[in-house]
Amino acid sequence: MSKAESNRKPLNWICTCLMLLACNAAEIRADDAKVASVQPAGAKDTASPVDANVVAAEQQRIAAMRKAAEATVAIFGLDGGGGGSGVLITRDGYALTNYHVSSACGDHMRCGLNDGRVYDAVIVGVDATGDVSLIKLLGRDDFPIAPLADSDTVRVGQWVFAAGNPFVLASNLQPTVTLGIVSGVNRYQYPAGTLLEYADCIQTDAAINPGNSGGPLFNFASEVIGINGRCSFEKRGRVNVGVGYAISANQIKQFMGMLRSGRLVDHATMAATVSTDDSGKVLISNILNSSDAYRRGLRYGDEVLTFADRQVNTTNDFKNILGTLPKDWRVPISFRRAGTTQTTLVRLAGVHTEQQLIQLVTAELGKNAPQPKGKPGRPDKPGEEKPADGKPGEKPVAPTDEKSKDAKEESSRAPLPGEPDKKLVKSMLAERPGFANYYFNELNRDAIWTRAQTLGDLTKVDRRWVLTGKLAGEDTPVRIQLDSVGATILLGSRTVELSFAEAMSDAISKRREGGLLVALRAWQQLLQVGPKQIGETIYLGTAPVYTATTTVLAEQPLMDVLQSAWYDTMVRFSFPQDSGEIRCIEVFGDASEDPVEVYFDNYREKDKRMLPGRIRLQYGIEPTLLIDIESIAFSAEEPKPK
Amino acid sequence: MMLRNCFAMLFVLVVLANDSLSADKQTVGLGSVNQTAVTTELKTVKLYGTGGVAGLDAYQSGFFISEAGHILTVWSTVLDLDTVTAVTSDGKRMEARVVGIDPNLEIAVLATDKPTAHYFDVLPPKPEDAKAVNVQLTTAHTGDRVLAFSNLFGIATGSEMSSLQKGVIMATTQLDARRGTFVSVYQGPIYVIDAMTNNPGAAGGALTDMQGNLLGILGKELRDARANTWLNYAIPIAQVNGSAARIIEGKSILKTADSRKAADRPISLVDLGIALIPDVLAKTPAYIDLVQPNSPASAAKLAADDLVLFVNSVRITSQTALRNELKYIDQADDVTLLIQRGTTLREVTLRKP
Repeated sequence: MSKAESNRKPLNWICTCLMLLACNAAEIRADDAKVASVQPAGAKDTASPVDANVVAAEQQRIAAMRKAAEATVAIFGLDGGGGGSGVLITRDGYALTNYHVSSACGDHMRCGLNDGRVYDAVIVGVDATGDVSLIKLLGRDDFPIAPLADSDTVRVGQWVFAAGNPFVLASNLQPTVTLGIVSGVNRYQYPAGTLLEYADCIQTDAAINPGNSGGPLFNFASEVIGINGRCSFEKRGRVNVGVGYAISANQIKQFMGMLRSGRLVDHATMAATVSTDDSGKVLISNILNSSDAYRRGLRYGDEVLTFADRQVNTTNDFKNILGTLPKDWRVPISFRRAGTTQTTLVRLAGVHTEQQLIQLVTAELGKNAPQPKGKPGRPDKPGEEKPADGKPGEKPVAPTDEKSKDAKEESSRAPLPGEPDKKLVKSMLAERPGFANYYFNELNRDAIWTRAQTLGDLTKVDRRWVLTGKLAGEDTPVRIQLDSVGATILLGSRTVELSFAEAMSDAISKRREGGLLVALRAWQQLLQVGPKQIGETIYLGTAPVYTATTTVLAEQPLMDVLQSAWYDTMVRFSFPQDSGEIRCIEVFGDASEDPVEVYFDNYREKDKRMLPGRIRLQYGIEPTLLIDIESIAFSAEEPKPK
Repeated sequence: MMLRNCFAMLFVLVVLANDSLSADKQTVGLGSVNQTAVTTELKTVKLYGTGGVAGLDAYQSGFFISEAGHILTVWSTVLDLDTVTAVTSDGKRMEARVVGIDPNLEIAVLATDKPTAHYFDVLPPKPEDAKAVNVQLTTAHTGDRVLAFSNLFGIATGSEMSSLQKGVIMATTQLDARRGTFVSVYQGPIYVIDAMTNNPGAAGGALTDMQGNLLGILGKELRDARANTWLNYAIPIAQVNGSAARIIEGKSILKTADSRKAADRPISLVDLGIALIPDVLAKTPAYIDLVQPNSPASAAKLAADDLVLFVNSVRITSQTALRNELKYIDQADDVTLLIQRGTTLREVTLRKP
């Protein structure tokens, strides 16, 4: 085949594909009477033309598609440019789409549902590497939704259907539905550059075309098994060739908390590579000695058996598992060396630095618009200040660029039905480097703080906190005193002192009780002044916290994590998603060393305040100290003599 | 029937397709398709050979057709190696050598020498086996539902299952297609499928019915000669199983040097009146540059630019191979050549005057 030939006929193919799509749609929307009138080839009995099972199966399919279509979203840019698909997953309007769809639309988009109404939507969080964006539709708290399925149960050959807005056809806001089967599971598709890696994804032959991007792939129970986003294209141009890929629902579940944080979310790396040897074993082929994996004992040549509680049989298995994990998660890994198997936990680093991520995402904004027609996309985000480039005669095309004039008009009257509500949208957008929309980060951070406050207000208690108790299972008394300038711990007859004028990271490096005092001081200060005052505090998202000393990921709850810049360290406070109890404090000093980890449990009420009854100190995965707390007392600080 | 008719029929067919639903009752959920997929996948292989440059892919698809581990696939540049690598869906890697090819069908049979329990039982019984009952081949009709198993785009590697697509037989017709400017060699009956099976690496894959019975072998990438659209098709197994059996029986086996004796008075290209193009590569194709007048070659009407593909049914991959092969032929004997001239293949016999 010559190149000239391959370029010659894309139009023919687009036509054919449109025709095929139209066919599919006709098949699905065929009403009962039409279907019943079809004479099956070879049937003798004209009285009962179609097998009852066939009719029943079809009715089931029609019902599933009808239900699924309600939660399917058609996404458009503000000026009608760009466009793609999405799916609603919460009643209050959170919806999933592709990053490459949202990045083309900017942070304010218009979303159509099949009830014929158009809603404003704002960007929430962005996972550029995984090609997923979380957006929020505004204006209702009773949106129709589609639940996320357990995508690990998806099997090859299973019937599925895609719903969405291919070729931006949904001008009447009715999604196009295309039927197919699952062609493959656990597929790995290499990233385009360093973004858009599809790991552990679902391959389908349901027609996925430009504009389907971001839309849901459903099972016949109308549950979302994946988000369609990528196709293999070749000689026919950008139309479906029977090979589409959906990001698995389970990967999205793992990233959901991170996406809700409004951050630019990153994927994980173990800072080690694996390869398969001649006998088929997956071995560590390279490992950075500054990595957490190295600190946990992993070495070159170790055979990886399981990772994040999933079997590793091939290099692709490992990449599939790793590609579905967010940065900052901690996951179990088991490996074999010289016949001995061991399991440990590894902290995952990011694929990108924060700066890299910001640059990559900024470069993508307004690009890659899935535009079927010759309409150029507007790279400028609506509502964003556009620097005057001073070229005479070049007037902005869309009125949204004339911000000041528009803003005045908008503020003076309520938006008409069907018009974008720019005032509302503006109130839900906050720009900040490293964030897709900082508004949602503050929202979550403040909600967690409110939750923590319900356990008792400690912002007004006296500044000296004294914790007394015993080492668990022993008679050794323990007394911890926390002041604003320093702290002491009394263990039996031994005293450890820490002045906060010293570098906190040095205390952590020593891997002794000093680290406990550092973490407890961070805890005390958070509860005394709140997340806004302790230091720059963001909501990181959700991550598994190994509160028990087991290393089974499935048994570890996902917790909300607040992250504060504090002294020369970074502190993470973990809260169960339904409570204000701090369960884990990690203080990171030197990046190449273990953080100090302090776990709280046995929360008990005293004086209408819920306070921890047990404290565990840990470095790496080995607990070094377990203290039963008997009382926590608050008193005024004595002025320290100089 | 031409392809444009097929498209017209499509509107009818998608509705008719509902009929075949009755064959697989469990259309909801996992159902029978998953079972078919899992059992059939074990019979398929991912093949890796030469390529990877200039738009030529180094991978294609194939499937087992004998208990002895013979693989049926399409004949392509991927097989231009002594052995290629076959990987089954349970991750087993094995070497496969080309037993023989049928240039008219553009198929090849590979031997792995690894017996397998998972194969399509489609070969006709050996003639000497009197008790054998002929195999029952499954045929498909227009409107039947089908499944296509192939490693299109090389998506699967190692122990990963190759890709599965579902479709409907849009038409059963005669192939009228071309590759680039060349008309395809095979011009026989084909199944036209509405699934996009015409993709890189898909050729050699298996087309089955919903129960996993083999219907045909997915064809190479071709365009319809008139509509110029990419053609999704498969060659019915009944068209190829006889040829595959003959290849396995050794009817056109690539003979190796050690099993034969060189002729006492070997024939040469000069004797035949053929001059080849300059031999500048390790594997320079055996293109004829010049035909001497009044020679066996001119008598057989050979001409410049003819490409020698076979000598006495031995596949010729280079000028060196051609010269080597001539060493086994006595000056007194006839030489049968299969040559490709432009779009056509022709067999000629060169006789001493």
